[in-house]
Amino acid sequence: MTRIIEKRELVKDIHEMVLAAPLIAAKAQPGHFVLVMPEEKGERIPLTIADYDRDNGTITLIFMVVGTTTMKLSRLNASENLYALVGPLGHPSEIEDHGTVAMVAGGIGTAPIYPIARSLRERGNRVISIQGARREDLLFWTEQLASVSDEHIITTDDGSFGRKGLVSEPLKEILENDKEKRIGCVYAIGPAIMMKFCSLTTKPFGVKTITSLNSVMVDGTGMCGGCRVNVGGKTLFTCVDGPEFDGHLVDWDLLMDRQKIYLKEEKCSLDRYMEEVGGK
Amino acid sequence: MSGNEKKAKKEKKKIIPKKNPMPEQDPKVRRHNFEEVPYGYTPELAQKEAERCIMCKKPLCIDGCPVNIDIPGFIKMIAEGDYVGAARKIKEENCLPAICGRVCPQETQCEIVCTLAKKFEPVAIGRLERFAADYERDNNLIELPKKLPPNGRKIAVVGSGPAGLTVAGDLIVLGYEVTIYEAFHKPGGVLMYGIPEFRLPKKIVEEEVDYLKKLGVTLEFNQVIGKSITVDELLKDMGYNAVFIGVGAGLPSFLGIPGEELGGVYSANEYLTRSNLMKAFLFPEYDTPIVRGRTVCVVGGGNVAMDAARTALRLGAENVYIVYRRSRTELPAREEEIHHAEEEGIIFKLLTNPVEMYGDERGMVKRIKCQEMELGEPDESGRRRPVPKEGCYFTIDTDLVIIAIGGQANPLLTKSMQGLELNKWGNIVADENGRTSAERVWAGGDIVTGSATVIEAMGAGKKAAADIHKYLSDKEKQESVSWKVSN
Repeated sequence: MTRIIEKRELVKDIHEMVLAAPLIAAKAQPGHFVLVMPEEKGERIPLTIADYDRDNGTITLIFMVVGTTTMKLSRLNASENLYALVGPLGHPSEIEDHGTVAMVAGGIGTAPIYPIARSLRERGNRVISIQGARREDLLFWTEQLASVSDEHIITTDDGSFGRKGLVSEPLKEILENDKEKRIGCVYAIGPAIMMKFCSLTTKPFGVKTITSLNSVMVDGTGMCGGCRVNVGGKTLFTCVDGPEFDGHLVDWDLLMDRQKIYLKEEKCSLDRYMEEVGGK
Repeated sequence: MSGNEKKAKKEKKKIIPKKNPMPEQDPKVRRHNFEEVPYGYTPELAQKEAERCIMCKKPLCIDGCPVNIDIPGFIKMIAEGDYVGAARKIKEENCLPAICGRVCPQETQCEIVCTLAKKFEPVAIGRLERFAADYERDNNLIELPKKLPPNGRKIAVVGSGPAGLTVAGDLIVLGYEVTIYEAFHKPGGVLMYGIPEFRLPKKIVEEEVDYLKKLGVTLEFNQVIGKSITVDELLKDMGYNAVFIGVGAGLPSFLGIPGEELGGVYSANEYLTRSNLMKAFLFPEYDTPIVRGRTVCVVGGGNVAMDAARTALRLGAENVYIVYRRSRTELPAREEEIHHAEEEGIIFKLLTNPVEMYGDERGMVKRIKCQEMELGEPDESGRRRPVPKEGCYFTIDTDLVIIAIGGQANPLLTKSMQGLELNKWGNIVADENGRTSAERVWAGGDIVTGSATVIEAMGAGKKAAADIHKYLSDKEKQESVSWKVSN
């Protein structure tokens, strides 16, 4: 059992949860993820660690409500417990000196991008962050991300805040204007489709592009192979070989197909749960 | 000799050639449910079977058992009607009898060397073990054995599968403080995630683990050793005197053929974990989903393949194929499992090797292409090598493929350690007592041997526990001597 210390809805359907997890907090590094199970009959889902506080022994998770598990998580409150929390899992991000880095966050991707950007900046990199959301009212943690960025660009699909358009557009402009090749690395984290297009954007420029994959998992320790992905023609496991991979080598269409395997079951499960709790 | 004694002696010589059958669920019914297949012996049947034992002066069965249970000893007690005594006799050597009575391959261990087996069927040792354990548990007669007083020494066990549970059970009664670290949210390892409910009800695993908890064993769930805590920290910062690693094999192999990444293609580990541990067979009451195929291909011929095939059947499949590249004789599964699978209507596609899988527009598997094989010369395993028949291909329309071809050692823990010698397959190198190249670290079970059986893992756990005890006791003696000398 893991105690929930704080819990709040940041914007519609995106929640922040602070958990008492001293062992995980002590070892957590940017890029690590945890597996979460809201209750005994629940499913195990991976969530990237958005922040950690070693002194207080807490970690912060941010999730968007998309299915039964995240719906159940969203209905838990401070001082209640999570049934299971496992981690830190996966390889942490490699915090190297790249000169300048572009950190691209799409939607919920702001959460995992933030600690990586912070560490890269502490390491001496100049950080340009590009944060995108569908609408202004879905933007969260803008101040946090700005506080670890030398330059912070915001885009919204409908233009309700910042630049109108997708995150890949300013990314392309930045790379085009980077005549001195100062940008040594791009991080792109968010929905698979966004990571795919960011990778396609950076490819002609030959800039290393790291993405963090959100595969379906069960154990998170390499035991089941459910999270297998194709990277550069090789089958790898997101949980133990990743979760970060070179975006230019990932077979994105396969990842997206595999994310949809249980679409029907997920809907059935969520409908059943909502009926059980009497709608929202 | 009195008349009665004479009569008794004469009766004993009359040997019933066959084992008393164990009542079980009708195959037509059981292929649609997850309830246990055999019901177990009644006391009457158990007594009758126990009376078949001829009480050899030099019993060979004890040596056949990896944990050396006093088999004639407990069988005699069953014959005399002392069922609880029999259970306790078994528990002197084996703390998980209800599990072993169900999943041990007795036919290649204790029963194969049974004297009766030379002429008749051996005594049904496994069924009797199961009976004794079930009788004691079902009648709430489980008693805790006497424990030695606390000796102040702490042991960390990594993994709560059969090896780890055995180490814990053996050391707790010797006065050690024992903590088991388990990565999952439930105890039992392969007993919980791998073996299906219809072969080993999870209630039984939980009750055997409860027995260890009552003895004082502490269980810490959701702890991936090597990640949240390292072995080094267990030994140096957390004050454990020794660590036992029993994390299992746990890294599934795939075929490496095109189409293997399609939806509806699982490793047996994933398929069984979803169904058994996460209870996807009860979806949507439980949240974890599972692909339910109408026509299912299970690739492989071991016990795990049989478990996966029979699970698929119970999840509503109409046709389930076991696709195996050698012939029936080479099937590595237990005869009993093959027999149960055949009875339930599993179809064996022997001398068949998958070469490619095809998917639909959603990326879900829809067809598998196979090549016919024939047997050639024996390979290094002694089994005849399957050789592809040139140009002989056929396809099976399928909507679920489960790959059950074994696995490799999971490097998650081993690569987090320094000074731990591994072999070329990544398994931990350990001596016959489980001692590894790392100081105060023992290992046993699949992480050392590669995929093997529950009882072999328990045997390894037993030896390691004895060696840990010897090592720490010797060390203490030495330390007390040097303390006296220096004072």
